[in-house]
Amino acid sequence: MDNKKKEPLIHITRRKNISRGKEWAIRLGAILAALVVCGIITTLTTHLNPFSVYGAMWDGSFGSERKMWALSKELSILLMISVALAPSFKMKFWNLGGEGQVLAGVLATSACMITLGSKMGNGALILLSLVAALIAGAVWAFIPAFFRAKWNTNETLFTLMMNYVAMQIVAYFIIKWESPKGSGKVGIINSSTEAGWLPYLGGKQYLLVVIVAVIVTVLMYIYLKYSKQGYELTVVGESENTARYVGINVGKVIMRTLVVTGLVCGLVGFLLVSATDHTITTTLAGGRGFLGVMVAWLAHFNPIGMILSGLLIVFMSRGASEISTAFGLNRSFGDIITGIILFFVIGSEFFINYQIHFRKSGKEAADA
Amino acid sequence: MLSFIVTFIPRAIVQAVPLLLGCVGETLNEKSGSLNLGIPGVMYVGGISGVIGAFLYEQSAGENFNGFIGVLIPMLACLLGSLLMGLLFCFLTVTLRANQNVTGLAMTTFGVGIGNFFGGSIIKLTGSDVPSITLSITSKAFTKKLPFVHATGAFGKLFLNYSFLTFVAIAIALITAYVLKKTRLGLELRAVGENPATADAAGININRYKYFSICIGCMIAGLGGLYYVMDYASGVWSNDAFGDRGWLAIALVIFSVWRPNWAALESLLFGGLYILYLYIPTGTDFAVKELYKMLPYVATILMLIFISLRNKHENQPPEGLGLPYFREDR
Repeated sequence: MDNKKKEPLIHITRRKNISRGKEWAIRLGAILAALVVCGIITTLTTHLNPFSVYGAMWDGSFGSERKMWALSKELSILLMISVALAPSFKMKFWNLGGEGQVLAGVLATSACMITLGSKMGNGALILLSLVAALIAGAVWAFIPAFFRAKWNTNETLFTLMMNYVAMQIVAYFIIKWESPKGSGKVGIINSSTEAGWLPYLGGKQYLLVVIVAVIVTVLMYIYLKYSKQGYELTVVGESENTARYVGINVGKVIMRTLVVTGLVCGLVGFLLVSATDHTITTTLAGGRGFLGVMVAWLAHFNPIGMILSGLLIVFMSRGASEISTAFGLNRSFGDIITGIILFFVIGSEFFINYQIHFRKSGKEAADA
Repeated sequence: MLSFIVTFIPRAIVQAVPLLLGCVGETLNEKSGSLNLGIPGVMYVGGISGVIGAFLYEQSAGENFNGFIGVLIPMLACLLGSLLMGLLFCFLTVTLRANQNVTGLAMTTFGVGIGNFFGGSIIKLTGSDVPSITLSITSKAFTKKLPFVHATGAFGKLFLNYSFLTFVAIAIALITAYVLKKTRLGLELRAVGENPATADAAGININRYKYFSICIGCMIAGLGGLYYVMDYASGVWSNDAFGDRGWLAIALVIFSVWRPNWAALESLLFGGLYILYLYIPTGTDFAVKELYKMLPYVATILMLIFISLRNKHENQPPEGLGLPYFREDR
């Protein structure tokens, strides 16, 4: 036997199939490991007992009715953005422009509310701003899709740049509309008349947002799983050549899918202005266009799964901002914790998709 | 006119250097087939690591501050910090074959968090009234100019009156361009980015090339963060001040069609576009200035469309960009 040619120590193969239970065990294990690492880091940097830190995080997210509502609002908005991005990503269209598409909706809604606030009835104004927001979001998503479909322009970078274009247009209008003059910001829009504000269902400001989020998520699940369009975009995502071969018009599917994404993003923008924040800033999307990518990806683009992955992210970030106020830490602590959890979950995918075989020791090899 | 150029160009260059370093770093990443969207985070980490190094040295050295060591320590700290970020990205995307875009975005969240967290902590340690750290002694060591510059008049002001990191940045860009284009090393690296399976068949060690180019790329990008703090901001770190320059650096990669030597000139254009709004007379209409700020992004979009329309082979992104490689997949 030739001893010089040793088998490599580690040998990796792709897993053929993995049971659901094992898949989730790996994921939960990764999250637990991440929590342990975050605990160690928290203790090292702050000298606090990690258990009391996690306790405070739990309190910060679920501690009172008010906090529960804040959590549900955050989750609803993030969930809707993730759900909006899901069809694009399922089609392997790397849409990093969620931020800009939401801002387009924000801008359209604010424009309607500010310029037409005193000129029409409340119902008509809400309807008009909704339509305007949907169109704005769809247009903003359509532009990169058009160039991708026609000339194969790189969509990842195109959508990324569109965010900043949207941000500067918003900045322009903020100065145009600023009130009071010279403050550099738009305060609460129509604060006295509440024109264009969505009603508080049952006295709860965020109930309507939560209901809309649930409806959007379920509809998107059905759209992706059971509609012909959902099937077509999945085929395009798996292989453009196959799609072309079976007679799918790839360009048309790309543009149509991005319009769907843009419509939902526009809806989020509408809700942000009309239902939750009642103002316009350049950071109203607040990085959720990027966070939504990760939420959607973690759930394998399944809208129902995004409820779980979204909850994880929102819980971590809200909890982390809670401990930062409770223990006098910097707010950015939350970003570090979120980052670490993401790294672990991203890394865990490897152990779901691949299997590691170690070199058998001499005796085992002889037995085999 | 001359006086305008003499004031405008140097300011544009100071804006341009962080973008150039970020861009060269990202180009190295992309040439190996890795679309690293974590570069903005890496630049934050590079900046704050340098700040931490400088802060610790300034505190311990006190009166005996040595200019050379004062530059060396922040620089090594910056390189180490960005190297660690690079290793993280490599480990996740190359060894564990994770999705590059998601890993990169997570790294940006993480890196910006690190920067602001440690920045905030040092601010708290110094107990200052303003929310920033000032490392003016270190910055002075970093921005030391050539001694004979003032004797050279307008020429000197335009071309020589810069800190050593500026020249280092240009050198890095030119060397990277040369290595990529003219050497065997660069040829093999490009092969890895274009078609890893073919490169693998030719006996090139894919993972080694990816690890090295990503790590070196991240270290170069990290220097961009350090330059921003020490040169542009004269040693003042305040949270979030670095802004969206990291994304602009990624935009510059496309704008320079993956050629670091072009980037050296085009970063100047970007830097100029970035501050152009300060020089355009708009009277009392401040809102228009906000529209001018989108010029670099619009220029990038137009460039993207342009290179896809012309569809010339050498202007396209590396073919394997964004795709993980697993030898046993077919």
